[in-house]
Amino acid sequence: MKQAPVALAVSAALFSASALADQVNIYSARHYDSDEILYKAFTDETGIEVNVLEGDSDQLIQRMQREGIASPADVMLTVDAGRLWRAEEDGLFQSVDSEVLNERLPETMRHPDGMWFGFSQRARVIFYNPENVDPSEIDTYEALAEPGLEGRVCIRSSNNIYNQSLLASLIEHDGAENAEAWAQGVVNNMARDPEGGDTDQILGVASGECDVAVANHYYYTRLLNSDNDAEREAAERVEILFPNQDDRGTHINVGGAGLVANAQNPENGIRFLEFLASNEAQEILAERNYEFPVVDGVAKDPLLDSWGDFKRDDINMSLLGENNPEAVRIFDRVGWR
Amino acid sequence: MSPPTHPFLPTGAFSRFRFSFSPWSVALFGVALAVALPILIVLGHVVVPTQGIWEHLASTVLPRYLVNTLWLTVGVGLGTLVLGAGCAWLVVMCRFPGKRVFEWALLLPLAVPTYVIAYAYTDFFQVAGPFQSALRAWFDWQYGDYYFPNIRSLGGAATLITFVLYPYVYLLARASFLEQSVGMLDVGRTLGRGPWRLFFSVALPLSRPALVGGVALALMETLNEFGAVQFFGVDTFTTGIYRTWFGLGEPVAAAQLAACLLSFVIVLVLLEQFSRGKRRYFHASSRYQALPEYALTGPRAVAAALACFVPVFIGFLLPSGILLELALRQGDALLGTRFLRFALNSLGLASIAALIAVALAVVLSYSVRLNDTPAARLFTRVAAMGYAIPGSVVAVGILIPFAWLDSTLNTWLHARYGVIVGLVFSGTAFILVYAYVVRFLAVSFNAVEASLGKVTPSMDAASRTLGHSAGSTLKRVHTPLMRSSLFAAGILVFVDVMKELPATMILRPFNFDTLAVRAHSLASDERLAEASTASLAIVLVGIVPVILLSLAMRRAKPSRDTEK
Repeated sequence: MKQAPVALAVSAALFSASALADQVNIYSARHYDSDEILYKAFTDETGIEVNVLEGDSDQLIQRMQREGIASPADVMLTVDAGRLWRAEEDGLFQSVDSEVLNERLPETMRHPDGMWFGFSQRARVIFYNPENVDPSEIDTYEALAEPGLEGRVCIRSSNNIYNQSLLASLIEHDGAENAEAWAQGVVNNMARDPEGGDTDQILGVASGECDVAVANHYYYTRLLNSDNDAEREAAERVEILFPNQDDRGTHINVGGAGLVANAQNPENGIRFLEFLASNEAQEILAERNYEFPVVDGVAKDPLLDSWGDFKRDDINMSLLGENNPEAVRIFDRVGWR
Repeated sequence: MSPPTHPFLPTGAFSRFRFSFSPWSVALFGVALAVALPILIVLGHVVVPTQGIWEHLASTVLPRYLVNTLWLTVGVGLGTLVLGAGCAWLVVMCRFPGKRVFEWALLLPLAVPTYVIAYAYTDFFQVAGPFQSALRAWFDWQYGDYYFPNIRSLGGAATLITFVLYPYVYLLARASFLEQSVGMLDVGRTLGRGPWRLFFSVALPLSRPALVGGVALALMETLNEFGAVQFFGVDTFTTGIYRTWFGLGEPVAAAQLAACLLSFVIVLVLLEQFSRGKRRYFHASSRYQALPEYALTGPRAVAAALACFVPVFIGFLLPSGILLELALRQGDALLGTRFLRFALNSLGLASIAALIAVALAVVLSYSVRLNDTPAARLFTRVAAMGYAIPGSVVAVGILIPFAWLDSTLNTWLHARYGVIVGLVFSGTAFILVYAYVVRFLAVSFNAVEASLGKVTPSMDAASRTLGHSAGSTLKRVHTPLMRSSLFAAGILVFVDVMKELPATMILRPFNFDTLAVRAHSLASDERLAEASTASLAIVLVGIVPVILLSLAMRRAKPSRDTEK
């Protein structure tokens, strides 16, 4: 047993984040393989080494709060506007005034004080079986709660942040009472108890378990580009629809990042943020993870391009965060698992 | 040392809670305190009032958490008991084809984490998966034309969890059956009990402590199981704690839920002890002899072999096969280059944590042996409580004090010298090892305590009379006697650490991923096919210690050859 303390000390020394001069430390709630390519491209271009801690965004926020001034984080990356808002509320971000970012990112993708920036967009859309559903029946989120769809809707658990943000947007647009009635209506219409992830909802439509499903757009793209023939064929039986085109537009969420208040490598952190707005990074996001780029002139994935332009809900992203606890309570009350 | 006498108190009033300052008792209380600290920090939240959150939980989700958790516990408890005890009895008492193989193969599901078996079966059996698609194509059915049980359900979760956790019961039941004295069984036979009655009226009651111990381990694993139930959308107490903490942003209410869960466990343990009453479980003779085996033939032999094959197949062979097929077809291309690093991280952490957990378990159980007071026993119980608490809660309980230390240290250094040294306490793998020890000390402690209990106290007396100190006695007498149990205890912790997910997710340092983390992040990105590679790797790395364990088990078996 004598070796144990020695082994422990050695491992501690080996495992700790080394104090190299040229580095940037990222806490990331993204978990896509394309991220590795992104970090590598950044290191190749700048010589700055990237250290990453991936985790659930709430856990990361919790951890940064606890670590306080000692936190090694320079940049926090996340995939939900509500979480960006929460981090900002907790004072975890600092203001960034970068010419590059101001110039390249559209205004809607920048926090007014530069606390955080959006670098990619994802649309939460409706999928349907064209044999059983007339698209005009389901062209709004609100329509999903209509009695005509009883037993035909697939949507995942309310534990999921994308659903929480969608309901948060409905609370803002329709009021809390109507949003609760909507959630109740969707629960009544569910074809099965919520199970699985977004991909499983799309596959549910393909296998006939349900006629209508809600999911983020890139899961569909991913299925259509799958190496697995069965998955590709399944996705080809499903059609995509961008809801609420005649009023406020389709619900959009952002993948974004901010400079951490206690950043110890703030210059490198800003360089990383600027890199995310570069054509190269935007192309990686668009090509590898099928997200919508936010910089003008960066090509979308051809498939995304084939869907044409669509109207996006331009709700203030902070509201998604502010309304989040209310959304969770509504889900609990209507029994949306 | 004679207890202090007091004119107004009966003699012995103090001696019950006497505290002697020997190095051993200091070590006991030190270790117990260090291990219990994060748990106590979480439980400390219980006294903090919350505003209306309990009314909300109680009127909405709490009943569902309770009902689901209860059914899951009942299902897994009964399932692991039947599978574990049944298979153990078959391989110990009967002779049938394949028995030698099943003896160790029945342990293999131990290498499969619950979340991995959930990924594998979901991919295979879901409506859009290969199995049902093949059914539909074969019979030309449409969805809805036929009934197929939904794998993503409470029943599915209970079944799958049972098939990977029964080895805990099997391991302990088998050891206990092997130790039963032939005399007891002979008495049963003389009184005209057939094999079935013998099993139910003699062997089972005699093995009660072992069976209860095994089922308790399985149940605690079930109670804090997160990956599989979350994936299946079955809301249990543990997923509820997580949602309350992070979704509702109510850490206090979440800690209170954790306290409820803990009291549930304590009540279970107390009930068992109460129902056991004053009965004690000794074998009159410790003389081992080859147990007479029932030689099974014909359909009975086939049935026995099948009964042992099914758990191995469902718990290990089929999921490994599904994962292998997925990995070959659509594996994780990126894993190849980094696999070695992930695997080394997993292996390193698991080895270090296992060593420490066993060492601490020896210290604790030996201290209690030297100084058996109610206070000492209470402290060891508290120290072994971490096993019942969800990994994510333990992690936050650890993060709170360590991150506070770091933050305070850096604030002070910054104010005074203008430097920031970063995360000295919470930013290294040390904190992970600490978390594992808190979580899994119970596993090593139970094994070590049981083993130490079998060493007759006259050995201690003899050694001490011959002038050896307590430490020297431990080293020269007990350790050699317990060697195989210590090894088994270490292996169990090792396998548990390999599979651990929630605490690792929250506490790990920068650039530090394990196989479990890799598998989880791919699965949560809905890339089950790609997650298969890392999942398979966890299983493969986990098999090695399980095989070592079964070898050790064979060695530890009372040798029959020498007594013939």
